[in-house]
Amino acid sequence: MKVTLRIRRFNPETDQKPYWGDYTLDGVEPTNSVLELIHRVKWEQDGTLTLRRSCAHGVCGSDAMRVNGVNRLACKILMDGIGVKDGDTIQLEPILGLPVIKDLVVDFEPFFDHYRAVMPYFVPATPPPADGRERIQSQAEREVFDDTTKCILCACCTTSCPSFWASGKYVGPAAIVQAHRFIFDSRDGAAKERLNILAEPDGVWRCRTIFNCTPACPRDIEVTRAIGEVKLAIKRAE
Amino acid sequence: MAQVHQFDAIVVGAGGAGLMAALYASRGIKTAVISKLYPTRSHTGTAQGGIGAALGNLEPDSWEWHAFDTVKGSDYLGDQNAAKVLATEAIDAVIELELMGLPFDRTEEGRISQRRFGGHTNNETKQPVRRACHSADRTGHMILQTLYQNCIKENVTFFDEFHVVDLIMNGDRPAGVVAVEIDSGELHVFQAKAITFATGGWGRIWQTTSNAHTLTGDATAIWLRRGLPLEDLEFFQFHPTGLYPIGVLITEGVRGEGGVLINDRGERFMERYAPTIKDLASRDVVSRAIYLEIRDGRGIKGKDYVHLDVRPETVNRYLAEAGEERRLTAEDVINKLPDILDFTKTYAGVDPVKQPIPIQPTAHYAMGGIPTNLNAEVIRDGSETVIPGLYAAGEVACVSVHGANRLGTNSLTDLVVFGRRAGQQMLDYCKNADFVALPDNPTAEVEAELDRIRNASGSVRGIEIRKKMRKVMMDHVGVFRTEDGIQKALDTIRQLQDDFRNNLSIDDHGYRYNSDMLEAWELGALLDTAEATALAALERKESRGAHSREDFPKRDDENYLAHTMIYSEAGKLAVRFDRPVDLSLGYEPKERVY
Repeated sequence: MKVTLRIRRFNPETDQKPYWGDYTLDGVEPTNSVLELIHRVKWEQDGTLTLRRSCAHGVCGSDAMRVNGVNRLACKILMDGIGVKDGDTIQLEPILGLPVIKDLVVDFEPFFDHYRAVMPYFVPATPPPADGRERIQSQAEREVFDDTTKCILCACCTTSCPSFWASGKYVGPAAIVQAHRFIFDSRDGAAKERLNILAEPDGVWRCRTIFNCTPACPRDIEVTRAIGEVKLAIKRAE
Repeated sequence: MAQVHQFDAIVVGAGGAGLMAALYASRGIKTAVISKLYPTRSHTGTAQGGIGAALGNLEPDSWEWHAFDTVKGSDYLGDQNAAKVLATEAIDAVIELELMGLPFDRTEEGRISQRRFGGHTNNETKQPVRRACHSADRTGHMILQTLYQNCIKENVTFFDEFHVVDLIMNGDRPAGVVAVEIDSGELHVFQAKAITFATGGWGRIWQTTSNAHTLTGDATAIWLRRGLPLEDLEFFQFHPTGLYPIGVLITEGVRGEGGVLINDRGERFMERYAPTIKDLASRDVVSRAIYLEIRDGRGIKGKDYVHLDVRPETVNRYLAEAGEERRLTAEDVINKLPDILDFTKTYAGVDPVKQPIPIQPTAHYAMGGIPTNLNAEVIRDGSETVIPGLYAAGEVACVSVHGANRLGTNSLTDLVVFGRRAGQQMLDYCKNADFVALPDNPTAEVEAELDRIRNASGSVRGIEIRKKMRKVMMDHVGVFRTEDGIQKALDTIRQLQDDFRNNLSIDDHGYRYNSDMLEAWELGALLDTAEATALAALERKESRGAHSREDFPKRDDENYLAHTMIYSEAGKLAVRFDRPVDLSLGYEPKERVY
């Protein structure tokens, strides 16, 4: 089938302002991913088209973008998954709320700044066991934070959040998900510090429970629930 | 003039091996990690099933069994002293990861849970043993995240999206690296006393691959251009179960949980090829079996794939037949293999609880690469002459642990064990070492090449070259090989190198985030690595592990129980089998039966 990609283009070296570029492809299969189509445009028609991508199967988190207005990983969206038919147009834009570097590539530094701010690392509650072996954790304790260990830091959630669009100072859903992964780990001892960080004005209370983040997550993490659990933990600690 | 940075130690690549090296080195010396990706995008994150270590948490196990299985899996080309290092240090390395916070799945006692994986056995009963420590089916993701988190905790310095394109040598001493800052397109020089390369593999040489787009053999190509040797490149693993037709990896853990391979006649064909451990034979054996089934017309509906069946009713029928008490439920499949369900549903429209998964072998892992000794020190010849200050670890390195075929889970083990060794070595080395002076204009050579690519105005698009390379390598330097086929591939690759040098076309002539130029540079690296791979495959006239020559179907220990060294001499490649295999554990090469 024939499909047109309508892509938001911007090259700071040559363009005064962003514009829409239309690229039509023949022979598109229902099982093609959006990434495969973008690659065809880049490789067959216009090599200046710029994007990030790596693993191409939804694990590395490189190719988050707005596909028909919603945040998706381009490699994880197939034509038949979004009901594309012959003659249709798919609209592609960079994710919102982060500065555009070129075409679909945005500056991830502000996103990783928020990530680093929530102590996204294990702080052991106890010294290593004297027997030289692993710490003991029950499978039930392990499952409490299983969902948030799946995060790949693609930024689909954070850049779908109207509160983040309104203020880039908000740490955003992804950073809260990362904090959640440690706050609820039975082996960790720094929950209090993380909850204090997230109780600040630019922490969890900027979340207005709009729920954009949950359907945006390509890893099916219940992001809004995780944020809710962190809010509850802060309230309980008060 | 390029900006110059100075660090005691530089790590190139931010996957598991690179981050482990950086964590260790940064404890005592000024260290920086340079990666062409954001670290969390690295390919370690896609590893699924587990990391091998003889913890013995669920049943008796020992490092000796792990070492023997690794040597046997390697078709006796793996160095036995290296297998010993891997198997002994694996235990401590996995514990270290857990202590760093890695959320492993747990046993009923709350210890690290383990599952079965191909080629890992109880050496007494010969039956599969539970050795793969896992975190659902995203163990690599958890390792990458945990190591990156610890790097943040320890304030390790990162240069994200800096693409290393050259190694600076001053005479025979490494002085630093050259990198393109991708955002600006500007060149940077990183001068360092010690440099570790941990840049991963180059599966993108082949048409069907589990590898990321970014696994392009950058370091192997740089090595050849700098006149340094590579080792055992002809041994490239084809993983048996890539999702048909796109090649995404479906973990061996599916078979570890009881999944079986089924042909068009409904036969569990691995019973014929590996009567004892069947579907859990090592990967080279299973991939060949699948190819033979397909070749003999027993692919599903006559096509190029077979089925991987993990439906509980199928698994339980075979478990009952084998007299095992264990049973698999739909919940087990959902809980233990969540990502696999996601991949098969997204890319093949298949629910593995209800339907078999279509699979085909997929180019997966480089056993060969940059030759190193047990300390991750890079060597320059078969007599193990060390290049002081230069290290390699992880998939890009060839210690050699994996020999002619790697066992599943041993890649993750390799990258933590030898990444750690590289970091420790850099730490020790830098205490008494000084900087090697930078040569005059250290970026000149690579700058000229990048400018040539940026301004290329020929008539051949990179995609045309890339497609031809990937097809010819798949057809002739894949699971089965012949002299005629390999020669054809070599001729084609050389023609494509000529097109690349003389007739390339490029659209993006700018500097900022010029991925058109950098992808083309990567294509050049792939071509050079493909050439060396094909040449090594041509010269090794025997069948061993992943290198299967139809014209030489037997293993030939008399002539080829040695590592392949590929030397780059005055722009020409030369192959010599001059690095002996270490046999110090006393495992005598014998026929491999599974």
